[in-house]
Amino acid sequence: MNAAKNNEATELTYRDACREALRDAMSRDERVFLMGEDVGHYGGCYGVSKGLLEEFGPERIRDTPLSENGFTGLGVGAALNGMRPIVEIMTVNFSLLALDQIVNNAALLRHMSGGQFGVPLVIRMATGAGRQLAAQHSHSFEGLYAHIPGLKVLTPATLEDARGMLWTALEDPDPVIIFEHVMLYNMMGTLSADAGALPIDKAAVRREGKDVSLITYGGSLPKALAAAEELSKNGVEAEVVDLRTLRPLDDETILASVRKTRRAVIVDEGWRTGSLSAEISARIMENALWDLDAPVARVCSAEIPIPYSHHLEEAALPQTPDIVAAARGVTG
Amino acid sequence: MKPRSRLALHVPAPSSRPGDKPDFSGLDIPEAGEIRRPPCDTAEAEMRDLPYALIRVLDDEGAPQGDWAPRLSPDVLRGGLRAMLLTRAFDERLFRIQRQGKTSFYMKSTGEEAIAVAASMALGAKDMCFPTYRFVGWLMARSHPLLPLVNQIFSNEKDPLKGRQLPILYSAREYGFYSLSGNVGSRFGHAVGWAMASAYKGDDKIAMGVIGEGTTAEGDFHEALTFASVYRAPVILAITNNQWAISSFSGIAGAEATTFAAKALAYGIPGLRVDGNDFLAVWAAIRWAAERARLNLGATLIEFFTYRAEGHSTSDDPAKYRPSEEAGAWPLGDPVERLKQHLIAQNEWDEARHEALIAELTEEVRAAVKEGERAGVLGQSKPSVKEMFENVFEEPDWRLIEQRREMGS
Repeated sequence: MNAAKNNEATELTYRDACREALRDAMSRDERVFLMGEDVGHYGGCYGVSKGLLEEFGPERIRDTPLSENGFTGLGVGAALNGMRPIVEIMTVNFSLLALDQIVNNAALLRHMSGGQFGVPLVIRMATGAGRQLAAQHSHSFEGLYAHIPGLKVLTPATLEDARGMLWTALEDPDPVIIFEHVMLYNMMGTLSADAGALPIDKAAVRREGKDVSLITYGGSLPKALAAAEELSKNGVEAEVVDLRTLRPLDDETILASVRKTRRAVIVDEGWRTGSLSAEISARIMENALWDLDAPVARVCSAEIPIPYSHHLEEAALPQTPDIVAAARGVTG
Repeated sequence: MKPRSRLALHVPAPSSRPGDKPDFSGLDIPEAGEIRRPPCDTAEAEMRDLPYALIRVLDDEGAPQGDWAPRLSPDVLRGGLRAMLLTRAFDERLFRIQRQGKTSFYMKSTGEEAIAVAASMALGAKDMCFPTYRFVGWLMARSHPLLPLVNQIFSNEKDPLKGRQLPILYSAREYGFYSLSGNVGSRFGHAVGWAMASAYKGDDKIAMGVIGEGTTAEGDFHEALTFASVYRAPVILAITNNQWAISSFSGIAGAEATTFAAKALAYGIPGLRVDGNDFLAVWAAIRWAAERARLNLGATLIEFFTYRAEGHSTSDDPAKYRPSEEAGAWPLGDPVERLKQHLIAQNEWDEARHEALIAELTEEVRAAVKEGERAGVLGQSKPSVKEMFENVFEEPDWRLIEQRREMGS
């Protein structure tokens, strides 16, 4: 399937949209290549690159040895030599093996070299829980990466963003990390034929509302939208802000929404302590405290290693009823 | 059945410690010219003796011996000698500058100058080196101006790296010299990735990665070798085995069990072990590996066997962990003295010219340091605070601009 060839909106999954973005980027720019574990014949552990090997060949859809720090470092080197590498890390937990290359190298090089060595590298990885893969494949470290100056951190949560953020990231002269939530891959939707590149520095209001702002990103967006529908049945109109980009955070959009609704619930699949939700909450305090009618509320994952067992996993994650309850709590 | 012996832990210890007589009797050093030089397109399987050998060209009289002897013109050799002497003069002066409190930190390359200088001269202008902090000789061989280096060491307002990086951890892209890193292993992978990009693009540039023997214990080393082997990357991967990683002798990095060059065997790439204090041998090995890479035959691992004649940096006192006479007892001599002896033996050099050259280079360094001092030594003239927020990204994001404003600059 090739969405670009159709003139009308196509029905497809988030996974397909990710693949379309890769296909488009590979077609547009010879310097772009994808490398990672099992991305070739296997098509990636989440099936994102399925079929691309046949289309672009093994030099550009490159299977690598099992070595996150190794191939991320190779990506840095290739970026320095004029390429536009896309490194796929199978899952966010494994990206911790590559932290030296991401945090101590890619994020610092331009600054420490006085501007001589920029690293135009894109790193994609699957993140989040919900597929019964236990703690070593299920965490959410987006907030950890959003802590690092020198990185840009994207969390596409819609088909349009899965399709549109990659090319903009590849055009960026600095390292960009893209988080694809595992529970979004099978999400169905439509994508218009002219879907293309989208900005990577702005949050988006996905649902307008006047009573409370649900601020979220990634895999929690569908849950927040479902919560908003639920709240609406009882006359509470929630505004849903999709952060889209976690670094730099779009304070303007967050604060504008909070000033309008005067109440905020932050939904973050990361752990609460020292989290992105804490950062957003602090910024609301710093900039919009007098606009608030209620304390900021947060819905986060239980602060435990995410368990394997289905009911435990579900209990540990932010769920739609939790969001509804939190919103009711602040709207009184 | 014999009773089992009790288990005992082995902790490697060097042959001598402070107060002992230096002891290098355990080293097996072949004669110059003794080691064969296979054609560079030889299959790796037919060269598995080389990682255990020691390629040497210059004999005790300074005469080149054997198949590895490169045919280098006297001008090239004098150029190499000059770059090595300049490195040494620079190191001596800037080391004293640190002792005078004009900078916080310095690291010398003493005893290892031949490796950086010969590599710099043997590789092409467009090739890319991912060096160690004992590779300033690469820049000296390519006539990098001294003043920007001095300004970085003083971290003054003319520092090309704007006060962001330690003294001596230079960046010089235009000279094929990658940004030096305090994370000593990470560059090995960058070199392989850079080289693979070169191969993908179909151009003719190769990369050289360099790390110390201590860093071979890092995962980065093994990862880089894995990738270099799997994809036949056009890269030279060099280990400068200078026997010491701060105070840890090479045995702590595994030297008792095997050679560092022999690490190549498990990856199926050629390993060479080379006298790193022999300018001609270093040159020959680099050229051999470079030619192999340019023929699409992939990577070579080279161990340059040398000795760190001074402390790790200005922060340690080597007399605390090794005999102070050890450097003088190093059986492979001093790289500068050996090249000088070679040139004199060829009637292409003499003591008077040598002394005159040292005087000239000393003056060149003195003048650059004076010029740097005019801009200011550490703490006197300061890089701009405003510029601190630049180069985090090519274009600053709103948060960087806001931080700059918050700081009132």
